[in-house]
Amino acid sequence: MNAKFLLYTVKRFGMAVLTVFLVIAITFFVMHAIPASPFSSEKARSDATIAALEAKYGFDKPVPVQFVNYLKNILRGDFGLSTKWVGSTVSELIMGGLSYSVQLGLTGASIAITLGVLLGAIAALNRGKLLDKVIQVVTTALVSMPNFVIATLLLIIFGLKLKWFPTMATQEGGMFLPALSLSLYPMAYITRLERSAMLDVLGQDYIRTARAKGLRNNKVIFKHALKNALGPVITYAGPMMAYILTGSMVVENIFSVPGLGRLFVNSMLRTDYMMIMGVTIVLAVAIILMNFLADVLYKVMDPRINLS
Amino acid sequence: MENRELKKNPLSFQIDPAKFAPATDEEKAQQLTQRESVSFFKDAMRRLAHNRMAMICLTILVLISLIAFIVPYFYPYTYTQQDVTSKHLAPFEYSRKEMAKIAKGQDVFPHIMGTDNLGRDYCIRVIYCTRISLMVGFISAMIVVFIGIIYGWLSCYFGGKVDLIMMRIVDIIYSVPDVLIVILLSVAIKDVISQSKNDLIIRLGPGMISIFIVFGLLYWVSMARQVRGQVLSIKEQEYVLAARASGARPSHIILKHMIPNCVSVIIITAAMQIPSAIFTESFLSFVGMGVSMPMPSLGSLASDARSGLISYPYLLMFPAGAIFLIVLSFNLLGNGLRDAFDPKLRS
Repeated sequence: MNAKFLLYTVKRFGMAVLTVFLVIAITFFVMHAIPASPFSSEKARSDATIAALEAKYGFDKPVPVQFVNYLKNILRGDFGLSTKWVGSTVSELIMGGLSYSVQLGLTGASIAITLGVLLGAIAALNRGKLLDKVIQVVTTALVSMPNFVIATLLLIIFGLKLKWFPTMATQEGGMFLPALSLSLYPMAYITRLERSAMLDVLGQDYIRTARAKGLRNNKVIFKHALKNALGPVITYAGPMMAYILTGSMVVENIFSVPGLGRLFVNSMLRTDYMMIMGVTIVLAVAIILMNFLADVLYKVMDPRINLS
Repeated sequence: MENRELKKNPLSFQIDPAKFAPATDEEKAQQLTQRESVSFFKDAMRRLAHNRMAMICLTILVLISLIAFIVPYFYPYTYTQQDVTSKHLAPFEYSRKEMAKIAKGQDVFPHIMGTDNLGRDYCIRVIYCTRISLMVGFISAMIVVFIGIIYGWLSCYFGGKVDLIMMRIVDIIYSVPDVLIVILLSVAIKDVISQSKNDLIIRLGPGMISIFIVFGLLYWVSMARQVRGQVLSIKEQEYVLAARASGARPSHIILKHMIPNCVSVIIITAAMQIPSAIFTESFLSFVGMGVSMPMPSLGSLASDARSGLISYPYLLMFPAGAIFLIVLSFNLLGNGLRDAFDPKLRS
C-alpha cells in the first residue's frame, strides 16, 4: 500500500506542477496579448521614455524569451517590478499584504471548519427535529448570499449599529468581522456536507455494532461516526481556499484590510500588469497546493479509496 | 373449444373449471389501460410538481423573469434618466417638484424603491440588473451544457487512450482557479473592447464577455465529467445488456436508455451552474470589473450603495435582496430537480 500511496502522491504532485505551469502560461500570454503598452497612462509620455521603460522591464525582447526569463525569475521568487507603484518590486508588495491575508484566511477557515462540522453533526443527530430544520434553513440562506452582502451586513450590524467590533481591520480585534464574513459561506457549505456524510455513516453497520457492544453514545459519535464523516469536508478544502482567496478581494475592500485581495483589486483597477500577473500566480499556487494537500490527506484518512 | 363444458370429477383435486369464465372484450381492454406508460421524464416532472418548495421557487423565478423582461418596456422611467431635484428619495417618497405636479392634479408614478444619488429611479435600475443577472446565468448554463455534453460524449465514444487523455485535460482544467482567470481575462479584454466599434460588445462590457469566455473554457469540465461518468455507468447496466441481448439496435439503446438517463444529470448540473454564474458576475461588478459603466449590475449597485450606507440602507437592501432571491430560488429548484430526477439520491 505504501509504494502505491507514494506513487499516487508523486503523480498527483506532477499534476499540480503541470497546473501551476499552465496557470503561469495563461497569465503571461493573456497579459501580453493586450495591445496597449503597460506604460500608457493618463500622463502623456514620450516614445523615448516608453522605450526606455520597456527596456528596463525587459519588455523589448521577443515574447518567448520574456516568458523563459519570467519563469526563471519566478523560481527565484522574483516577480519583476511593479509598473504603477514606481520603485517597488512585486514580491515586496505581495509580502507586505501576505501576512494580513494569511491571518484573515486562516481565521476564516478555522471558524468555517469548526462551526461547520459541529453544526452538521448536530443537525444529523437531530434529524427531522426543529433544530435540524433551523440549521438547514439558515445554511441554505447563507449559501445563497453573495459575500459582499454578508460582509456589508456584518459591518452595519456589529460594527456600526452595535459597535461590538471595530470597523477598521488595523484596529485591535478588527480582523474578526472580516474573517467571520469570509467564513459564513464555507461554514454553511461544510454544515450541509457534514450533515449528509454523518447521516450516511450513522446508518452503517459498524455504528450499530458499536452501539450493540454497549459503547457510550459520546464515544460512538466522536470516535466512530464523526471521524468517518470527515472525508467530504477534507475534499472541500481546495474549493474553500479558492472561495476564501477570491472572497478576500471583496471583504478586504469593505473592511479596509491592507492584504493581498485589496492589492489585487487595486492593481486591476490601475492595470498594473506585473502586479496582476504576480498576485494571480501566487493565489493560484496557494489554491492548487491546497487541492493537492486535500487529495493526499483524503487518501491518508480513508485507505479504502481506490488509488488509481 | 370455448363452449365445451368441462365437468369436474367430484373426487378429483382439480380446480373446478366452472368457476372460470373467459374474459369479455371489455374486461380485456380494462387490463390493458390499467396503467398508462409513463416516460422517465414525465415521471420526474410529476415528482417535481409534488415538491412544494421547488414549485414555489419555480413560480418566483418565472415571475422575476417576466418582470425583468417585460416591465422595462412600459415603465415610466428609464435606468439612465437623471433628475437633480429628486436625489436620494426614500421608497414611495416624492420630490418637491413631483409634489407640485400632484397638487396640480397630474399623475406621478411613485418611486417604488426610491432614487439613488443622481436622482435615478431605483426600481427600474434593479429590474434592469436582474435582467442582466438572469441572462448571464442562462447563457452561461447553455454554454456549459453544449460544450460539456459534446466533450463527455466524445470522450466516452472513443474510449481507451483518447478517453484517458481527454479526462486528464479535464482534471487539469478542473484545478485551474476559475475566478482568477475570469478577472485576468476581463482586465485583458477591457482594453480590446474599449476600441471595438460593435455596439453589442460595448454594451455587454468586458466582465460579461470574459465570464462567457471563461465558462466556455473552464466551467464545462464538471458537466463533461458528469456526462461521461453517467454514460459509462449506463453502458454497464443490466437493462442495457438485456436490451442488447433481446436484439435492440444501437440507436434504440441510445434513444431509449442513454439519453433519458443522462438528461437528469445534465439538468441538475446546469441548474447548479446558474447561481454560480450569477455570483461570479455580481462579484466582478462589485469589484469594478463587470458590465461597463452606463449599464447597472446588481453587484455594482451594491458597491455604489456602500458610500451612503448609514443614511440610505435601502440602496443596498434592494439589489442584495434581488440576488439573494434569485440565487436562493435556483438553489432550491436545483435541489428539487435532483430529488425528482434521482430518487436514489434523496436523503
